[in-house]
Amino acid sequence: MSDRQATLNQGPTINWRGLLNTLSPVLALVAVFELFVQIAPSSFATVRNIEMIARQTTIVGVAALGMTLVIISGGIDLSVGSVVALSTVVIAWLLQYAGVSPLIAAIGGVAAAAFFGLASGVLITRLRVVPFIVTLGMMLVVRGAAKGIGREQKIDVNPEQLAWLDDLLASVPADRSWMMLPPGVWTMILLAVAMAALLRYTRLGRHTFALGSNEQTARLCGVAVERVKVIVYALCGAFAGLAGLMQFSRLTVGDPTVAVGLELNVIAAVVIGGGSLSGGEGSILGTLVGALIMTVIASGCTQMGLPNWVQEIVTGAIIVAAVALDRLRHRRTA
Amino acid sequence: MAERIDAHESAGRLEMQAVSKRFGATVALEDVGIKVAAGEVLALVGENGAGKSTLMKVCSGAVKPDTGQMRLDGAPYRPGNPLEARRAGVAMIYQELSLAPHLSVQENIMLGMEPAKLGVVRWGQVRQRALEAISEFDNPELTPDARVSRLSVGSQQLVEIARALAIGCRVLVLDEPTSSLTQQDVERLFEIIGRLKQQGKAIVYISHFIEEVKRVADRVTVLRDGRVVGSSAVAAITADRIVAMMVGRQVDELYPRSERPAGEVILEIEDLAGLENPKSASLQLRRGEVLGIAGLVGAGRTELLRSLFGLEPVKKGRIRLGVYTGPASPVKRWMQGAGLLSEDRKEEGLALSLSVADNVTLSKLKGFGPLGLVLPSRQDRATRRWLEQLDIRCRGPRQPVASLSGGNQQKVALARLLQHDVDVFLLDEPTRGIDVAAKALVYRLINALAAGSPSEGREPKAVLMVSSYLPELMGVCDRVAVMCRGTLGPTHRIEEVNEHTLMLEATGQEATA
Repeated sequence: MSDRQATLNQGPTINWRGLLNTLSPVLALVAVFELFVQIAPSSFATVRNIEMIARQTTIVGVAALGMTLVIISGGIDLSVGSVVALSTVVIAWLLQYAGVSPLIAAIGGVAAAAFFGLASGVLITRLRVVPFIVTLGMMLVVRGAAKGIGREQKIDVNPEQLAWLDDLLASVPADRSWMMLPPGVWTMILLAVAMAALLRYTRLGRHTFALGSNEQTARLCGVAVERVKVIVYALCGAFAGLAGLMQFSRLTVGDPTVAVGLELNVIAAVVIGGGSLSGGEGSILGTLVGALIMTVIASGCTQMGLPNWVQEIVTGAIIVAAVALDRLRHRRTA
Repeated sequence: MAERIDAHESAGRLEMQAVSKRFGATVALEDVGIKVAAGEVLALVGENGAGKSTLMKVCSGAVKPDTGQMRLDGAPYRPGNPLEARRAGVAMIYQELSLAPHLSVQENIMLGMEPAKLGVVRWGQVRQRALEAISEFDNPELTPDARVSRLSVGSQQLVEIARALAIGCRVLVLDEPTSSLTQQDVERLFEIIGRLKQQGKAIVYISHFIEEVKRVADRVTVLRDGRVVGSSAVAAITADRIVAMMVGRQVDELYPRSERPAGEVILEIEDLAGLENPKSASLQLRRGEVLGIAGLVGAGRTELLRSLFGLEPVKKGRIRLGVYTGPASPVKRWMQGAGLLSEDRKEEGLALSLSVADNVTLSKLKGFGPLGLVLPSRQDRATRRWLEQLDIRCRGPRQPVASLSGGNQQKVALARLLQHDVDVFLLDEPTRGIDVAAKALVYRLINALAAGSPSEGREPKAVLMVSSYLPELMGVCDRVAVMCRGTLGPTHRIEEVNEHTLMLEATGQEATA
């Protein structure tokens, strides 16, 4: 009994296995990166290329923050790609036809996206239809809405109305080199920290985990299951809207046909990072690493002059391998 | 040492000798030997966790023993998996039925061994063999084309037995076969067991209902803590003796009972009815009191607790909990000072992939940090207290609940109610599937809760407890009421009843015997 007491009274100890679990996606990222450093041309490991990798990760990365929340709650959101497109169209429309300021336009785009996320959440909880189906429907509804707003065309925006909107993901100019990374990338990093804190230190975060781990238990313990779900999907929509803002910044047009299939990359980022589609597991750090791994592969393949189809095959293989490894680790620790 | 009362030395149909099995540090079976002859029913009794299930898993090839050997009709029998065991003629009927609900009776009976030619199923033969198997039972519900999901639980069980017969089983193992059956189905099952016995099948009957064992079995073997503690002809042993062997200690020690004067009425329900069950329930529960609800599985006891707690709809009736009246959601019930311990800790009671600390604190994530934040270190601190008080064996508050043993999991589920500091404990089968030591702790805890502790400023709590295990209700409760077919009977003081009268009331019979 006494040594039991001793272990209990030790206070916080470093949980090495837990630490290894959190860090293993990071190790995978380092390994993939190191691989390309070895086999790709020397231009791969330059600061410039690393910055580009960060920029290219941002759109998927931001959307994946919201998706992480949804997947931890045991759900899925297939409408993310469409919502990104909608967000770009709404921002362009507000700038071009409503003549509002860039900030208002950006907020408008994100708000529209959050609204559709909220709608998914409400439909899922009220109709008791599984998230896969509701968001599959929402994927088409939102894509249609985006095309309707754009009258089946891209909405061009006068360059003078863009102001700061087009340099969110632009390479950092030399006179502002102290920023190191473009503002869009910093936004993603700050949001990631905020989301990680939300998941770990707030009731909403703990309730999301509980919901994904066992919805019945959550209900039994007095978690307002429906409300948590609605919030989670609304947040996912909002993050997709932000991803749309990044997308708009890159293209500077509202394009209703952009980001088709993006949701699959977003989901891939979450599961490579250790998220489980059956809920209850996932982390923000893992998700970002998952998104980065995919960009690193794409970038490395490009630099090696490999065609697009090779990249796709490699990425696909990585997704399956990452999840298989994760399952293997789980069986070991269980 | 095993006590042997009979001298049953003839060769058995199935013999297991010196079987041992460890899981990690836990000894599940140690030097266990059983023997069952053709045309004999052997009852295997023991508390949950005594090793009955592991022993039968060894027998059916699902678990490989560390040591020991088995013989089937004298020949060495070493099944590598359940399929091999079935082929050898050893069939198990588990508590949870393993039927394909969308398929028909005949498809289920012949599942996996459909007679076929060139991959094409020969339905004529399927039907014929299925008919042969079910003709034993003369049950009108059982027709070859009936969909299994439409059958009653009792009939579904017969489909499983028919499946075992269709492969020509020599040994049939029934694991708690009556736990979800109606009285009528139980009678029918016993009749069938008798018939199978006459056909020369060897039957192993696992149960902890001693009355059933006395009725249906020829011999009984008692397991405790993974060992055989005794074996006897049923006719030569009393029910009390069997219980004493199962529990291994005096009943008084197991159920402590402090002075607990009943206080104010804290929960009152009147003519409560839910969608299907309960049909009508009225009771009063006071602080400092443990009220038990007895009854058969499916009588509506669980539904009573769940509708009280807002997990199932309330159709009519009055509920008063403290100063609050009317039905309320689980969110509100927790705030009003009631907590429910679910009967099914894996499906509902616990979020298995989450940590001990998250499970203990989930119902009230408040007071763990400034600004409403939840700081894991403070969750852990609160949890450590219960780890110590309830002797929960784990590496620490951050260990996932899934990797704990059943007893420790149950203690985690109970710790949630303690951490929340509820006044009314709604406990649904609080000792289901846990070992005797954990049970004893739960009984001590219930007693301590009801007694309160004025010196430490702990008020007496009220406990409403559903259990299918009558000795436990008799030992723990101050009063007890019986639920039968959705209707809750009058409450009796515990001195006024015994297991026999409770069972009669539960089965809806007049107390004439």
